[in-house]
Amino acid sequence: MNRNPDDGEPLLAVDHLSMRFGGLVAVNDVSFAARDRQITAIIGPNGAGKTTVFNCLTGFYAPSVGRLTVSHSGQRWWLERMEAHRIAGAARVARTFQNVRLFGGMSVLENLIVAQHIKLMRASGFTLAGLLGLPVYRRAERAAVELARYWLDRVGLVDVADWQAGNLPYGAQRRLEIARAMCSEPRLLCLDEPAAGLNPRESADLSQLLTFIRDHHRIGVLLIEHDMSVVMAISDHLVVLDYGRKISEGPPAVVRHDPAVIRAYLGEDEDESESEDRADG
Amino acid sequence: MDYFLQQLINGVTLGAIYGLVAIGYTMVYGIIGMINFAHGEIYMIGAFIAVISFLVLGLIGITWVPLAVVIVLILTMLFTAVYGWAVERLAYRPLRGSFRLAPLISAIGMSIFLQNYVQLVQGARVKPLPPVMSDVIVLMDRAGGFRVSVSDLQLLILALTVTLMIGFTQVIARTSLGRAQRACEQDMKMASLLGIDVDRTISLTFVMGAALAGVAGVMVTMYYGVIDFYIGFLAGIKAFTAAVLGGIGSLPGAMLGGLLIGLIEAFWSAYFSVEYKDVATFVILVLVLIFRPTGLLGRPDLEKV
Repeated sequence: MNRNPDDGEPLLAVDHLSMRFGGLVAVNDVSFAARDRQITAIIGPNGAGKTTVFNCLTGFYAPSVGRLTVSHSGQRWWLERMEAHRIAGAARVARTFQNVRLFGGMSVLENLIVAQHIKLMRASGFTLAGLLGLPVYRRAERAAVELARYWLDRVGLVDVADWQAGNLPYGAQRRLEIARAMCSEPRLLCLDEPAAGLNPRESADLSQLLTFIRDHHRIGVLLIEHDMSVVMAISDHLVVLDYGRKISEGPPAVVRHDPAVIRAYLGEDEDESESEDRADG
Repeated sequence: MDYFLQQLINGVTLGAIYGLVAIGYTMVYGIIGMINFAHGEIYMIGAFIAVISFLVLGLIGITWVPLAVVIVLILTMLFTAVYGWAVERLAYRPLRGSFRLAPLISAIGMSIFLQNYVQLVQGARVKPLPPVMSDVIVLMDRAGGFRVSVSDLQLLILALTVTLMIGFTQVIARTSLGRAQRACEQDMKMASLLGIDVDRTISLTFVMGAALAGVAGVMVTMYYGVIDFYIGFLAGIKAFTAAVLGGIGSLPGAMLGGLLIGLIEAFWSAYFSVEYKDVATFVILVLVLIFRPTGLLGRPDLEKV
């Protein structure tokens, strides 16, 4: 098991992904890989197509062209052909959103138990055992609560487990969303701007949580993030998108000095007006 | 006082039946945000299946009443569940993701189709069912007063309704199917990203609602003894009124609304006029929609930011 994670088939392989909306090409022939036990960050200016990549990965969009392969436990899945609930259930890809999408009307704990739906549904014999309160189901439910409690502990929300999720402060909602994704026991965790709106201290906690997830749960993390302090500190691999194209890729130390990346972020003198246009998108 | 008590008993019985049908409306509305206009027809079909099963059971010699009632209930729930599943599969699922009015129209079409289908295969004439249970318990019989009684059947209806409602609340509150339903209610896309099969959850919601409507159909058949292919329309709208009164989308609301509508109808018929009992019900619908569109127990629909 102690092989180098760079060897062998990557956890996620994105090959020649393109996504068109009518005349607009949001993602243009992007290929990259995300590996097990690594944090792969996708960065780029606004409108570069980062979230579109995520939406293709999680079944929101059917990509116009391209193949998205997830491989683990000796099996392979082609995400572009799967329904959203199978992507989560079989390929074990979980995601969070830029704007938090919790089940606001449910308690914090229930949010985490819903994430373990497939397991519980099977244990409850599709509801009958659950309704009758048979021991099989009660055992499964206890295990589910235990897993939920573990993650509540990790993200520091044990004390508010009974609160309605919608009443939590913003930072806590963000952490709960990550905990919920982890409760679905994913192999690939996709996080869409998890640090957005967090203060510097919360960002530091987040970095710690993500490295913990990578190191102790040995899964792959795919991260979209604008907060460079987070990205540079924790990513193992960077993918830079601009205008829907991949302009650079590599370890953070290399990518940050790549002239193409600097140009995309800071702009060149002659196309300054152009990059202002871009900032609006 | 005696008269009042008797009407109370009648009203609660009627309310139980409306409540069972109303649950189907409210659950489907809760999960997909649309009214299932074919739901009343499911109830009507339940009534027909009840009559047919009672006749068949009589023919093959099963006449012990408790056994016959149990068999009829199970058969009716099975058949109406299949109808409920088919309604969702044919009228709703193909149109998911299209504009909101489309499934509404296809559901109305489904309702018209089911009505005419039953009329065609079963005939337009009223179908009678000889009383299956006719024992009556006299509660009060003072000289010069009104005789207050409750029939075995009324007790059965109440007991069954209470049992089903408790079971149902348990499913929604405690099982993982119920949790999936509540999750879909709040955010379908997110639910599917957590591995919940949204299509199947919606199907099961229709199935559960239809089974309950089937039970209501059985009870109404036994209670009134006559049915025709048209009873689903009025009962459907009344149960819908009950769901709106209680707060559409809320399960306890549907039960409370059903009870209130049953009581209003019973008392209106008793003290004012039988002819205008439907008017009384629908006046309630109008008033609720004007003054409290979220119903008694419904939460105001917060706009998503």
